[in-house]
Amino acid sequence: MKLVPSNVSGRIYVVLLLILAAAPFIFESIKQPFYLDLLSRALILAIAATSLNLILGFGGMVSLGHAAYIGIGAYSVGIASYYDFYDGWLHIALALGVSALFALITGAISLRTKGVYFIMITMAFSQMVYFTLLSLSEYGADDGLVIYQRSEFPGILDMESSTGLYYWILGLLLITLFFVHRLVHSRFGKVIVGSKFNEVRMQSLGFNTYRYRLTCYVISAMICSLAGVLLGNFTSFISPDMIGWARSGELIFIVIIGGVSTIFGPVIGTIAFVVLEEVLSKITVYWHLIFGVMLVLLVLYGKGGIHGFLSRWDTKEGDES
Amino acid sequence: MDWNLLITQLMNGLQLGLLLFLLASGLTLIFGIMDFINLSHGSFYMVGAYFCGTLVVTTGSFVIGIVGGLIGVFIVGALIELVIARKLYRSDHLDHVLVTFGLILIFDTLVHMIWGSAGMAIPLPPVLDGQITMGSIVLPTYRVLIIAAGLLVAALLYVLVSKTRLGMLIRAGASNRTMVEALGVNINRLFLIVFALGATLAGLAGMLIAPITEASIGMGNDIIITAFVVVIVGGIGSVKGAFYASLLLGLMDTLSRSYLDDLMKLVMSGDAAETAAPAISAMLIYILMAAILAFKPQGLFPPAGAK
Amino acid sequence: MSEVMLSIRDLNKRFGGITATDDVNLDVTTGEIHAIIGPNGAGKTTLIEQLSGQLKPDSGSVQFNGKNILDYPMPKRARMGLARSFQITSVVMPMTLLENVMLAVQANSGHSFRFWSRANDNKELRNAAMESLTLLKLEDRADKLAGNVSHGEQRQLEVAMALAMKPRMLLLDEPMAGMGKEESAQMIAILNQLKGDKTILLVEHDMDAVFQMADQLSVLVNGHIIATDTVENIRNNKAVQQAYLGDSHK
Repeated sequence: MKLVPSNVSGRIYVVLLLILAAAPFIFESIKQPFYLDLLSRALILAIAATSLNLILGFGGMVSLGHAAYIGIGAYSVGIASYYDFYDGWLHIALALGVSALFALITGAISLRTKGVYFIMITMAFSQMVYFTLLSLSEYGADDGLVIYQRSEFPGILDMESSTGLYYWILGLLLITLFFVHRLVHSRFGKVIVGSKFNEVRMQSLGFNTYRYRLTCYVISAMICSLAGVLLGNFTSFISPDMIGWARSGELIFIVIIGGVSTIFGPVIGTIAFVVLEEVLSKITVYWHLIFGVMLVLLVLYGKGGIHGFLSRWDTKEGDES
Repeated sequence: MDWNLLITQLMNGLQLGLLLFLLASGLTLIFGIMDFINLSHGSFYMVGAYFCGTLVVTTGSFVIGIVGGLIGVFIVGALIELVIARKLYRSDHLDHVLVTFGLILIFDTLVHMIWGSAGMAIPLPPVLDGQITMGSIVLPTYRVLIIAAGLLVAALLYVLVSKTRLGMLIRAGASNRTMVEALGVNINRLFLIVFALGATLAGLAGMLIAPITEASIGMGNDIIITAFVVVIVGGIGSVKGAFYASLLLGLMDTLSRSYLDDLMKLVMSGDAAETAAPAISAMLIYILMAAILAFKPQGLFPPAGAK
Repeated sequence: MSEVMLSIRDLNKRFGGITATDDVNLDVTTGEIHAIIGPNGAGKTTLIEQLSGQLKPDSGSVQFNGKNILDYPMPKRARMGLARSFQITSVVMPMTLLENVMLAVQANSGHSFRFWSRANDNKELRNAAMESLTLLKLEDRADKLAGNVSHGEQRQLEVAMALAMKPRMLLLDEPMAGMGKEESAQMIAILNQLKGDKTILLVEHDMDAVFQMADQLSVLVNGHIIATDTVENIRNNKAVQQAYLGDSHK
């Protein structure tokens, strides 16, 4: 339950944060506003990845359906805007409410299962959201939904400008990281982490692990839906593709590559993923092939799978797996 | 009551169910025996369609297309088992998810590179392109063939699993892998056969459907989730469960798409029914899955003595 | 002080063709150490699992503190005062000894839907946990990871965690499994100290240990209790000697 991998200096993270804070100005001065877009998208994904890490990294719940919550968040913005409701707080309330409800119902069912079952069921539920949205022709079906105006937060921050939106995103990311940090070290967090390693043990101590894990799942879903709200604002074009299980798979990959059970891990993972995506797609239009091969090799030959590969970064006491 | 429509929809449901069965039977065996979660099973479906398509187009013979395609998918499946799956049986499920996710990317891109991004149409020989008339009911010949083929394969699988030695090993393995290993059976060979067989069945499904829908990149990626739902509903490791669950889900899905809006119009306004019905029929199979999990989590027909 | 705290009646459990628990009847009196011994495969752990709630019996009843607990899930039984230690060490390896025991304390200090304050800094949890660790002579190792201490220390941790739950009764499944002579002696001394204050039902393989601690001894053979009596009487019991033919004991 570390903040950062122990052999990487904390100072690097401070520098990283400073760079992130100054990013809009840096990119403007080198006349590359596109990089701000890239970074914005990365940080949104980082919020989603952080939410997934909460249940996957700390809680051991491997959800292959987390992209559904990004979709719920994005569509909260989209559908509300479709009916000319642009109030940002409404969008957030909708996103949090719907995602919490969906997570409560599907989580209550999924968490009664373990292992392979759990993975498949979370995947199935997110497909359900995908197909449902696909069949609602009113909201664009697979043509998607276009938003003409971003969420309004009158008096607070202007989402219409790229810089404004970027700071919203960065701010929310930092708040999320801080919140997750407190959560993991709290009593609640101890139950979640303990249940990951030894659920029977925790139950024999007197913990109703099911209730705690369900609560954690719902919290994670709500955070993820906020990422979706930001994504909806960022892209202005919302489609069911955001919910496909390939997106969920990417989130898992990001979380693993960044280092499960560290707080900053998902941020690192997301930046690495986005950079990789950018670099590879410039090399060839068939970059998915390279990416796929890398994935396979990483799992097969990274000693002990990816878990092993990453826990070698952590040489001090504190085995992540 | 439009009987023609009902019969047609029943046939469609049956067809979907049997195709799902071809996919799900391999999936459930690979899960049940090797405890291996293969997200890329749908890639075999796609590869089967493309192999068959290419052979049909180059040789002009549908039969060669099917037979050649099956052999091709079998080989691909065997290779994947030998090179990749085999190394991961003792690994975390998370590792399976990541590797097979990578495999999907690899397969999809390779298909793109070899066959291009547009789909491939597979022409049917004239004898299959017609219709069969039974009284007042008219059915496309090819769809009848698909159903016949699906039922035949189901029958063959039944014989294989319940009457042959290989089938006995498969059933034993689905219930208790360690036991089978302890009996000194060549477990590697068993796994290889099961994996390749599963892949071939998936490939068959792909080549059967491709003349109707076209072979396309990623065609297996969505239907594979439905196959996973079938596996859960039927019971992991159970071919019998996969059979009944596929038919159930296939019929449910098809019939609800046709008739749900009419049913709903009985209790609500026409507009509301038309908007809600497609969404609800999309959700139905997942609601069924949730119900099964709530009341009978091991599935409808779990293998005897399974966890 | 001689009320019955745990009462097992006609407990039965079958696994397919195997009867793991066969009409078991047992009473544990408050404040005593009651040991269950028996040859390998007698069904000792299965019995413990049914008492703690991990396994559901086919028939029979279990009364704890006057309440029928068979329908209670594991966490509820734990909070009622029934603490269990595991035969195969089952602690949270990546946490320190202190953190492990703090978990046990936390489980029995109200709910854990507290999302903000750092659990590790909480004085009440720490102090209570340290008390338990000190009883088991582990206070110097408190900040070591559970995965990094010796096997014997892990066994001690199991007992420390059970004690930290401030239970009415301890269910100990082979607490000294794999321990050396010295460590076993230490454990026996600790358990003897607890006698009277805590009620203990323990399963053990080590005969010498059992003879030094137990007030009452029950012998489990093929899932059935063939005798329950004092240590002296059991030692002289012919049926018990038969069951152990081939096993060495003094």
